[in-house]
Amino acid sequence: MRPIYLIASFLLILQIARPVEAAPVNVVTTTEDLAAIAKEVGGERVEVESLAKGVQDPHFIEAKPSFMLKLARADLFVQVGLELEQAWVGPLLLGARNGKIRSGAPGFVDASRGITALEVPTEPIDRSAGDVHLQGNPHIWLDPMNGKQIARNIAEGLKRVDPKGAAEYDRNLAGFSTRIDAALSRWQEKMKPFEGAKVITYHNSWPYFLKRFGLVAAGYIEPKPGIPSSTSHMRELIALIPREQVKGILMEPYFSDQAPKFLAEKTGAKVVPLPPSVSASAGVNDYFELFDHLTNRLAEALR
Amino acid sequence: MMRSILFALILFGAILGIALPARSAQTFNPEISLDGLFSAATFSDPDHLQFGAHDPNKRGFTLQNLELTLAGNVDPYFRGEAHLIFGLEDGESFIEVEEAFLTTLSLPYGLQIMGGQFFTRFGRQNPLHPHAWDFADQNIINTLMFGGDGLRSPGIQLSALLPLPFYLELIGSAQNAEGETATSFLFAPGETFAGRPILERDVHDEGDLLYLSRIKTSLDLSESVTLVAGTSHLFGPNGTGENTSTRIHGVDLFVKWKPLTADHGWPFVTFQGEAMRRSYEAGEATLDDGTVLSGEKFKTDGFYIQSLYGFKRRWVAGIRYEQADATDPVDPASGERWRASSNLTFYPSEFSKIRLQYNYDKSDDRDDPIHAVFIQYEFLIGAHGAHTF
Repeated sequence: MRPIYLIASFLLILQIARPVEAAPVNVVTTTEDLAAIAKEVGGERVEVESLAKGVQDPHFIEAKPSFMLKLARADLFVQVGLELEQAWVGPLLLGARNGKIRSGAPGFVDASRGITALEVPTEPIDRSAGDVHLQGNPHIWLDPMNGKQIARNIAEGLKRVDPKGAAEYDRNLAGFSTRIDAALSRWQEKMKPFEGAKVITYHNSWPYFLKRFGLVAAGYIEPKPGIPSSTSHMRELIALIPREQVKGILMEPYFSDQAPKFLAEKTGAKVVPLPPSVSASAGVNDYFELFDHLTNRLAEALR
Repeated sequence: MMRSILFALILFGAILGIALPARSAQTFNPEISLDGLFSAATFSDPDHLQFGAHDPNKRGFTLQNLELTLAGNVDPYFRGEAHLIFGLEDGESFIEVEEAFLTTLSLPYGLQIMGGQFFTRFGRQNPLHPHAWDFADQNIINTLMFGGDGLRSPGIQLSALLPLPFYLELIGSAQNAEGETATSFLFAPGETFAGRPILERDVHDEGDLLYLSRIKTSLDLSESVTLVAGTSHLFGPNGTGENTSTRIHGVDLFVKWKPLTADHGWPFVTFQGEAMRRSYEAGEATLDDGTVLSGEKFKTDGFYIQSLYGFKRRWVAGIRYEQADATDPVDPASGERWRASSNLTFYPSEFSKIRLQYNYDKSDDRDDPIHAVFIQYEFLIGAHGAHTF
């Protein structure tokens, strides 16, 4: 065994197998929502791929070797941040060996940058409170106004790795923001009749959405984030639903429907399956369709 | 030869000397976590066959592993990681440096260098810390090849992720070959191997190091099924002569099914298997009584297969079958041995677990099988542990 030969043959293989520089900027995002926004901002100049699929719970993605390969080829990496992807992004980034997208490098984008996080713990907290995120609730993409900031963050990242496209990214960003503003008043108009309506959500995934559209979370099926429901907690919810006049039980598609269905049977409240992400449901193919779908479903369910 | 390795490293240093701006402010605190792994055990025969240093290896309670992990990026070029083990033996506490190494963050061409004290990346099981094991005890074949503590040593590793359409990683490492964490090489438990005295052999040149080459590949068979397969080859000196060597070859396979819409990671099914073969070249020796032992090769092999079924959120059932030919002198047991295990694990959260395990352990040199029952429990406090695949 001669290590120098080993090293030399490594380099040789790498040299041969090196792909021809691809023209488009290769963007890899952790979630479909970030991918949808990156496509809006990047337009023709980028190729975008999400590691997680919309139907997947972004907290529990496998650090699959194939993902490392995707990150190894990426020019820009975008994560939601606020510890959402904490359990799986670290090993992927390390395994990808790609200096361009290492945390702090020009090709790394934390989408939560510049967004005021909700539910940042204000008092000392530990894990007896469940899987709480110390930097605040990470489901930031569910407020379209945050979507605009995410787009700005991605545009900045794209300009860093592809300065030639700066004008185009700026143009796309401006267009996206304008369209969000227009769509937001449409969505808010649709949700107006339900202002102050109370809902129960499964996981605490919806605070940004509820705040933006004037709804109130009266309770959660999980007694603490990430902790499954207990009998006593279900009893509390059964008492709470009529008392608070809860209209709907919102449920992400990847959770078991057992507890929501049980609650609905006991109380008459409606189970409302809601996709929290782009591509989590048929007909939800971009960031605008996500909010079209969410507001339509809710308007229908709460009527 | 050492000089050429050094030269290669300096060359890499130069390549890596490309200045990379560190832009975003990060927390300077390392990620700190403490993992406690305990068990209660009972055996049908007090003279049982648990040889792993982190096994529940006595009747009653065992501190299997108390592991302090510190990790963090050192600077734009390196990540540092240390795993310190606190243990208890016969009422005495001890500390052990299990792993402490740095990893490069951004070498070009998909290369990565790891340096320090680390588990040899042989197969799937050897590099795992005890709390990440799917069963309460160490595999027979791993114990046979790599000793009670697993194969680890100071050294350096180079790996490359090839720019191919599928995942292919090449790993090569050179590590010291002596000490009790390098059994099969310059250390053998006991004074002799096959009647030959074990020599004190220091590192004279590059031939006295332990070399690993590993190829690891992975394919996504579908969106919910992923396969990882690898082959590993080890080459190093052993202590039965001045020029004697040991080779160990292994193949490993891992398949995981988990539907895209898994609820908190459940349900899932995994299948994992590893087979290894060792060829131990024992040297010539003249014993005190004048007997001359000629050079001889000893072959040892064995395998394990195991499957886990996460059938309900928080619950995982596991089965494992192992077989090994333990006729060689490094193993404390002798004869053919096979073992069947089953367990049930409950995860109250990602940060704790409670496991019940039963082993049926049969070896040729005993008339009766050994029954073993373990209850294992774990807690993790501190930084969120990363989930490797």
